[in-house]
Amino acid sequence: MASPPVDELTAPRVVPGGDGSALLGSGSSRRGDSLFRWVALLAGLVVLAVLALIAWSTTKEAWPVFREEGLSFVTSDTWIPAEGKYGALAFIYGTILSSLIALVLAVPVSLGIALYANEAAPRRLRKPVVYVMDLLAAIPSVVYGLWGVLVLAPAIQPVYRSISDAVGDVPVLGWLFNGTSGRSFMTAGIILAVMITPIITSLSREVIATVPPAQREAAYGMGATRWEMIRSAVLPWSRGGIVGAVMLGLGRAMGETIAVALVIGSQAQITAHLFEPGDSMAAVIVNQFGEAAGTHRAALIGLGVVLFVVTIVVNVSARSIVGRFDRRMRGA
Amino acid sequence: MSTDTTATVPTEAPAAEAPPAPPAKVVFDVQDLDVYYGAFRAVRDVSLQVHQHEITAFIGPSGCGKSTVLRCFDRMNDLIEGARVEGRILYHGVDLYDPRVDPVEVRKRIGMVFQKPNPFPKSIYDNIAFGPRLAGMKDDLDDRVEKALRQAALWDEVKDRLKKSAMGLSGGQQQRLCIARAIAVQPEVVLMDEPCSALDPIATARIEDLMQEIKSEYTILIVTHNMQQAARVSDRTAFFTTEVNPESDTRTGLLVEYDSTDKIFSAPSDERTENYVTGRFG
Repeated sequence: MASPPVDELTAPRVVPGGDGSALLGSGSSRRGDSLFRWVALLAGLVVLAVLALIAWSTTKEAWPVFREEGLSFVTSDTWIPAEGKYGALAFIYGTILSSLIALVLAVPVSLGIALYANEAAPRRLRKPVVYVMDLLAAIPSVVYGLWGVLVLAPAIQPVYRSISDAVGDVPVLGWLFNGTSGRSFMTAGIILAVMITPIITSLSREVIATVPPAQREAAYGMGATRWEMIRSAVLPWSRGGIVGAVMLGLGRAMGETIAVALVIGSQAQITAHLFEPGDSMAAVIVNQFGEAAGTHRAALIGLGVVLFVVTIVVNVSARSIVGRFDRRMRGA
Repeated sequence: MSTDTTATVPTEAPAAEAPPAPPAKVVFDVQDLDVYYGAFRAVRDVSLQVHQHEITAFIGPSGCGKSTVLRCFDRMNDLIEGARVEGRILYHGVDLYDPRVDPVEVRKRIGMVFQKPNPFPKSIYDNIAFGPRLAGMKDDLDDRVEKALRQAALWDEVKDRLKKSAMGLSGGQQQRLCIARAIAVQPEVVLMDEPCSALDPIATARIEDLMQEIKSEYTILIVTHNMQQAARVSDRTAFFTTEVNPESDTRTGLLVEYDSTDKIFSAPSDERTENYVTGRFG
């Protein structure tokens, strides 16, 4: 920078707007900020509007069956369209049961893969593991469904039979692991587990990567082994994010349509026997919608409304539990 | 320069001194230690002895390797990919880097307090009980927690909120909590890596008092940027500096001088030390 002439240095410096009037601001330069605020607000409102529109229009379409059946739409398990009886309980049960099976199978595996990829795997193996997992997420669900019905269901049937023979007399297990159908709640749960594992893995892995190094050092510094460090520093810190990942997986499992429709067996029944066929809300919608009319059609849309509500309730309650816990422990 | 440290430091003078103050036991005997990150030599030629129930300070400019050396004493450098050491660190005669040594066991005996307070997002009680639980010291856990918090001069401030999150404490309280967490397993040594650099002067003074309090039970090594702090609290001081490697434009740290703190700050034998402690750093 060229040095200014001497008289400029000694002369009293004049600050433009030095009397403070500049602070009152013309506002012309803030147009970008206010534009951005409006665009962001609009985007946020669009999400809410879409959600509200879906809720409103599906409820309107389903209104005839809600009026006719009342509460028995969700408390009765008799679904006979020919007789005008629409009780959706068996489908609700099937959706929840198959999704729960999927979670029980997928969460430990997903966490295991995420922890392996982030904490335990040799550096050169980490990328390939992540890459393969992400690839799994890109397979269309109908492919999973076809694989389930053509390969998994016939192959797993003998396994079901031998398990139910083996534990038949054991009190609780014999009751749960009962039945011999290749297409069943269990098969649907397995297929769903495979489908939601990539999403749970990839989201939890990202959360685990955000655990501050200082937390890991704190645990190691106290003489923790790697597992003790994971249990005491990594998991508590990322618990909220992991639950979020599991919720997204659960949402995907409950809403999954075609793969479940192919492997669950399409038989509406409420039973604790996991190896018996069942049916789910999404599956019955896709199976019956083509030939449905009138109240039957309204009933199927009503199932969609119920599915929507169940998903929201599960999500909101899980988040509030986690939120309360994290707020308490992170203090402030 | 404040030089009001106690004069109980056993010097290298012959053991035939008139008052029969036995020379303090040697806890660590560092012999020709070099630390590498991959092919890069970060620190070279460190040899020094750390004595029991003393406070030993590591000072020096940024990048001189003082923290790197400190982290060798509890094998925390193992966590950094590619880090390795040459030379020996004898802990009561056992080389810490002997392949048969389990770093987890090392860290149970040698605690560490870090630059930034890093309590777990758990309750105050669970933070302190963490180490004892790991070590299987399950009985009298309440007493252990109380004792550690009292030693860390934190008990009166937190005794009514032990079940509350540790994250709600102030920065200075969090750092004292981390000291309490480190000493709850009664380690022999506590390593402190610039424990006051994120704290205000009042909180710093409390930590320094605390170090004097617990010195009779623990051996303390502290890395500090603050020369006055080293002069105030430590019995012995090691001065590190850096040298530029002419062929690669990298810097390697080295130990210049290690002596009693009084000597380092009043009559250092190396010119580089003198320049640093008098502020004429070159």
